[in-house]
Amino acid sequence: MNYTGLTYHIFPLGDSALTLDFGNSINELFNKEVIGRFRELQKHPLPGMIEAVPAYSALTIYYDLPALRKKVPANRTVFDWIKDQLEERLQRPMEENIIATKLVKIPVCYEEEFAHDIQEIVRLKSLPLEEVIRIQTSVNYKVYMLGFLPGFAYMGEVDKRIAMPRKLQPEKVVKGSVGIAGIQTGIYPLASPGGWQIIGRTPLKLFDANSPLPSIREEASDNAFCLLHPGDTVQFYPITKNDFYEILNLPTPTGEGSGVRP
Amino acid sequence: MSLKVIKSGILDTIQDLGRWGHQHLGINPTGAMDTYSMRVTNMMVGNEPGEAVIEMHFPSSVFMFTRPALIALGGADFSPSINGDAVPNLHCIMVNKNDVLQFHQPLTGARTYLAAKGGFALNKWMDSYSTHLKAGAGGYKGRNLLKDDEVLLRASPPASLIFKDEGFTVLPWQADIRWEKNSPEVFALPGNEWERLTAEAKENFLMTSFVITRQSDRMGFRLNNIPLPSMSNEEVVSSAVSFGTVQLLPDGRLIVLMADHQTTGGYPRIAHVITAHHSKLAQMKAGDKIQFRLTDLQTAEELLIKQEQHLQQLQNACIFRLEEFQKK
Repeated sequence: MNYTGLTYHIFPLGDSALTLDFGNSINELFNKEVIGRFRELQKHPLPGMIEAVPAYSALTIYYDLPALRKKVPANRTVFDWIKDQLEERLQRPMEENIIATKLVKIPVCYEEEFAHDIQEIVRLKSLPLEEVIRIQTSVNYKVYMLGFLPGFAYMGEVDKRIAMPRKLQPEKVVKGSVGIAGIQTGIYPLASPGGWQIIGRTPLKLFDANSPLPSIREEASDNAFCLLHPGDTVQFYPITKNDFYEILNLPTPTGEGSGVRP
Repeated sequence: MSLKVIKSGILDTIQDLGRWGHQHLGINPTGAMDTYSMRVTNMMVGNEPGEAVIEMHFPSSVFMFTRPALIALGGADFSPSINGDAVPNLHCIMVNKNDVLQFHQPLTGARTYLAAKGGFALNKWMDSYSTHLKAGAGGYKGRNLLKDDEVLLRASPPASLIFKDEGFTVLPWQADIRWEKNSPEVFALPGNEWERLTAEAKENFLMTSFVITRQSDRMGFRLNNIPLPSMSNEEVVSSAVSFGTVQLLPDGRLIVLMADHQTTGGYPRIAHVITAHHSKLAQMKAGDKIQFRLTDLQTAEELLIKQEQHLQQLQNACIFRLEEFQKK
């Protein structure tokens, strides 16, 4: 147990990393612990630490095995040694971390050409399309972690009435696509194969490799490459196809249904 | 003042030891698939082991040098030649202006490395030269090399190296590395979800050799194993995965994650290939067999330390030989 009474377990992730796991679940309590400890480790890394990677309920630490091997007594594995270092920290209260989190409003176009799987949700859940959109946009989502792709934010929780399992086979997904997987939702910052059910698309940039996005965070400069960060709150709001192209600064392609506001 | 691509290969990219420290943003490390061979190749020409190199798959690019350079090749043996004459891996080669380097046939391994003394004149993206293909950043314009690309060399070869008027020279010493080319055996540590496998599935995993399928690339190797049944269908919420992580897909098949793997994953992690065997793994290709053997952390750590010690000795020897040669 850590100082707050949370139980955890620490397991090796291969020979050069270990994972601290609070319980394989999506919940705010575990995530707060993970993100807090992650920030603490960024400020005060463990000896030999290469980097730390926070997730929903688990925090992974990569370490420099050859460098640490020289330091650690020969009768112990480096894993055991670094596990002790970590556990020692967990017995102490977490360092106060006041990090500015933000509310991000994200415009999403739910028109069918941007939302390949929305009709499937309408059919399976027996809900009108407008109701699916209303449910999706009526909830505040919390960003739990970034992973999978640069700037991909894992968010929750999706209302159970529209929660959908992953697809069996990954498909090609377009940049900006908003997807659902179980009670998670996320936005693809880049084109990629993916298995989430696609319900809309945003014109906003989630990640830009070449120009850092404006960021309210100063503590780590690499954060500026991504729009969303753990702890942020996201609200989706519906936009028309015209709005979508306007935000992108592109003319709306002509064709059936374009240029008409509902 | 460069290395010019006169014909492009299937997937040739600039790589170094990877982009570490940004996985919390979903930015994966990428880097050379076989960092061992990459480091040896750099050491041959007296570079820092982590200097940027060109990683090539077969068919590889054809290159022309537009000025003299000291280079070395290492990793897979793709039967390289310069101006049509065969040249060996793991030797220093002094190449001249207009020399043409090409690769004819994949004899062993899957990835070969080209290091040039002084490295390449490129900009780092997020602390690394490695090409991040998904993000389109790092390396050479964030993509694989294409015809007519010119990769600039950062430095002139040392003045003490006397080049011939034309043609190349292979320097006489060779790096001594032991690379078990034909053994399919790869050591692995049990993963956190190892116990989810049924007893039969565990036995299957350890007793059968699996073929690497064509659905294999820098992100991961898909294996053609008999589906391995699992005792639990409890979802694994996404958390970090690593180079060498063996994931169990919902259909019971396996994927071994490689250099371009995503930062986090939600499939059961049944095993992790030990770091000391990453090089061997990286030199496997579609059609090759892989046989997992479970080991323990102590062995994994010892094997890596032995490998690192060998690399350190090799680096010292390379520096010594190159200095001796330049004194002559």
